[in-house]
Amino acid sequence: MDLLSASAVNWSRAQFALTAGYHWLFVPLTIGLGLIMAIMETLYVKTGDEKWKFATKFWQKIFGINFAIGVATGIILEFQFGTNWSNYSWFVGDIFGAPLAIEGIFAFFMEATFISIMFFGWNRVSRKMHLASTWLVFVGASLSAFWILIANAWMQYPIGMEFNPESVRNEMNDFWAVAFSPVAYNKFLHTTFSCWAVGAAFATGISGWYLLKNRHTDFAIKSIKISAMVGLVAFVMLAVTGDGSAYHVAQKQPMKLAAMEGLYKGKEGAGLVAIGMLNPAKMVYNDDVDPYIFKIELPKLLSLLGYRNINAFVPGIADIVDGGYTLQDGTTALPFEERQARGRKAIQALADYQTVREEESDAINAGNSTAAAAAASAAANHETTLRENYAHFGYGYLENGEDLIPNVPLTFYSFHLMVMIGMYYILFFMIVLYFIYRKSMSTTRWLQYVALWSVPLAYLAGQLGWVVAEVGRQPWTIQDILPVQAAASAISAGNVKTTFIMFAVLFTGLLIAEVTIMVKQIKKGPDTTTTDEA
Amino acid sequence: MITYDFLQKYWWFIMSLLGGLLVFLLFVQGGQSMINSLSRKEDEKKLLVNALGRKWEFTFTTLVTFGGAFFASFPLFYSTSFGGAYWAWMILLFCFVLQAVSYEFQSKPGNIYGVNVYRAFLFINGVLGTFILGVLVATFFTGSEFTVGKGNIAGLGTVGPVISQWQNPLHGLELFANLRNLCLGFAVLFLARTLASLFFVNRLSHEVLEKRSRKFVLFNGAPFVVFFLVFLIWTLFAEGYAVDPGTKDIYLEKMKYLHNFIDMPLVMILFLLGVVAVLYGIFQTVFSAKFKNGIWFSGAGTVVTVTMLLLVAGYNNTAFYPSSVDLQSSLTLQNSSSSEFTLSAMAVVSLFVPVVIAYIFYAWRALEKKRLSLDDLNSDGHTY
Repeated sequence: MDLLSASAVNWSRAQFALTAGYHWLFVPLTIGLGLIMAIMETLYVKTGDEKWKFATKFWQKIFGINFAIGVATGIILEFQFGTNWSNYSWFVGDIFGAPLAIEGIFAFFMEATFISIMFFGWNRVSRKMHLASTWLVFVGASLSAFWILIANAWMQYPIGMEFNPESVRNEMNDFWAVAFSPVAYNKFLHTTFSCWAVGAAFATGISGWYLLKNRHTDFAIKSIKISAMVGLVAFVMLAVTGDGSAYHVAQKQPMKLAAMEGLYKGKEGAGLVAIGMLNPAKMVYNDDVDPYIFKIELPKLLSLLGYRNINAFVPGIADIVDGGYTLQDGTTALPFEERQARGRKAIQALADYQTVREEESDAINAGNSTAAAAAASAAANHETTLRENYAHFGYGYLENGEDLIPNVPLTFYSFHLMVMIGMYYILFFMIVLYFIYRKSMSTTRWLQYVALWSVPLAYLAGQLGWVVAEVGRQPWTIQDILPVQAAASAISAGNVKTTFIMFAVLFTGLLIAEVTIMVKQIKKGPDTTTTDEA
Repeated sequence: MITYDFLQKYWWFIMSLLGGLLVFLLFVQGGQSMINSLSRKEDEKKLLVNALGRKWEFTFTTLVTFGGAFFASFPLFYSTSFGGAYWAWMILLFCFVLQAVSYEFQSKPGNIYGVNVYRAFLFINGVLGTFILGVLVATFFTGSEFTVGKGNIAGLGTVGPVISQWQNPLHGLELFANLRNLCLGFAVLFLARTLASLFFVNRLSHEVLEKRSRKFVLFNGAPFVVFFLVFLIWTLFAEGYAVDPGTKDIYLEKMKYLHNFIDMPLVMILFLLGVVAVLYGIFQTVFSAKFKNGIWFSGAGTVVTVTMLLLVAGYNNTAFYPSSVDLQSSLTLQNSSSSEFTLSAMAVVSLFVPVVIAYIFYAWRALEKKRLSLDDLNSDGHTY
């Protein structure tokens, strides 16, 4: 079958990656600061201390700047499923569209509505109502993330659906299985904590800058107190939920796990690479070249994380492509060629089903009941064949085993760098809290510098997390069911390239403006003059 | 009895209602398109920007929800129209990206490009956002050049694996060469500007701007009425895309949309009442210097009129997204909707919409207890 041009598909992927990457620069800060400013405003309402109010208002200002550009990049993401991934939209839209719609109805409206009160309501609603609005903005933003991540998790672990050959699409048959799949639940927690982490790292870093400049020191210490606690909780929970992610990836997307670890040949009692460098001479998945130049490994840990058993077999890239190892359920993994053959059988069965159903319809219209019955019987047979082989459907669109392998170096380095940054931040926030406890944060200049210059690391970790999640699952838009080359729209590479450039220029221009605006606002510091309130 | 057919119609009603609400909320865009022409001084511009800036998220959120709900309820429309009329949708989205940052950034120090660039962004969003949306909605009646072959994904056919194929290489730009599409595009643009003028009359505590806004109601209301009537009459008497309820075949029927109105008298009555309400709001505001509630009449009228117009596009055995090059590829409520299970699940979700409307109403009331004046910009703490 003629598939879409690789160039058009790759430009569509690039455009989605560009938009998602930019979107994820702004959203984590929105959610993270949302929590921090809600806690601060709670303290203000509880204690009546105006300084908490000034702090709240300052972070709200930063929040507002981020929210605007986060929204700007978000709208493109939603509509791109239609514009660039047209086949995908029909093939799984029956399931995938629901969380997006619910996100709009429940979460985004809540966020957008109460943000107005949060910004403009200081003098127009009661103190408690204003506090409730600030919390609801945070809840709305988190709910928004929840539904979007349900959608994303479903792509990685499709459940709660059945293929309908009549409508040629997957149809939802269990809403709760989709909404509360273990992958979705864990993904939501992991991603939400990463947002808290970015917000905390940002607020701590900016406060560190104020301490360095000896300005707004009281505000800075207050902000660090809250954000360091949020940050420590967030990074510890990131480690906990990261463990959950690794477990789910091992079960549902073993190729991604193998790429994350650069593991080409599987083994029992596999170790986790703590630090390592991949060998660029490794060109083919099944050659004899050592995949690592060097590595330091924590023995047995990968087996433990992935399968909760220190001696479990962890399949490598070559095992997954060539098959032959024993799966968790005791069956033997099929080689790519077999899965491809079964996938093509399923696709052919779908084509045959469609053809005989048309014949059946023609026969009915012609009044030929015998031919109609024969066609119906043939359709039933094709449907059976399709269902028997549907688990391999997407493999039918792939050409060779290498198509199953994502970009290993990108996935490997992204994963390890992300983990290292996470570990670093746990230590960092413990030290910050210690110095806060000792009341010497305001005089410890080296720590203030470290706080400031660490901020980009938190952003980097968030971006790397998404690289692992999304690059690591290639070539699948829907795991095992629909690869990217069968999911895109029928549009030329030139058109997509043009819109890619349009959005790249626009987003970059807006990012530069956003950063300079934030720098100005930070330099200006919290406004301590407005005290009037309803 | 809640049947699949009922759910498909229910969801078309929800989409139509969301469409109606979206067109009403486009008053924000209409206002953006006339910030410079309506005001002379900087403080006037600032007041207009801030009056609109407290509402822009509602329009934006409704657009996002409209997209999500269409995806969930009629995914074949999502895949066919968005993936096909690529350029029309992309330019529309580009305009909304420009809008999203422009309120927050325009008066902030360090915004690099200066206040005028962000106001130009708002202007672009105001003009193109409304116009393109009008053109795209018009294609529900005039048709587009696409084919749909669900078997393509299994290798049937000769056009490759993609189910929905746009047949015009301009990918949506050709829609702007259709005069009837342009009429609705201009009608929506001038309607949005009319509604914005009515909104300013209602919300602003500023004598000069209020007076000018009343004039703008007339200047924009008149072309709106002309363009809308041309589109309406043309559409009522043009051929429409009918569906044979037995065979599901799609065929052209003379005066199909007029027949739909006649076959659905309640829809026709509500449509006419909506039009009357829009016109009443306009006329009263123009001719009565004390009348300030035009936005509520014209706004409610807009919601009802657009909702009924979209019902006419999809109900009564009509293909709501017709293909002008292959009639049988046209999208109907039956062949493009989600499964019965998904529509049912989403119908349960839709029962919570009144809660959403209630808190939006609360927020609107809380912030709009009094009309917005220049003094409020100083005391509210957050200004654009």
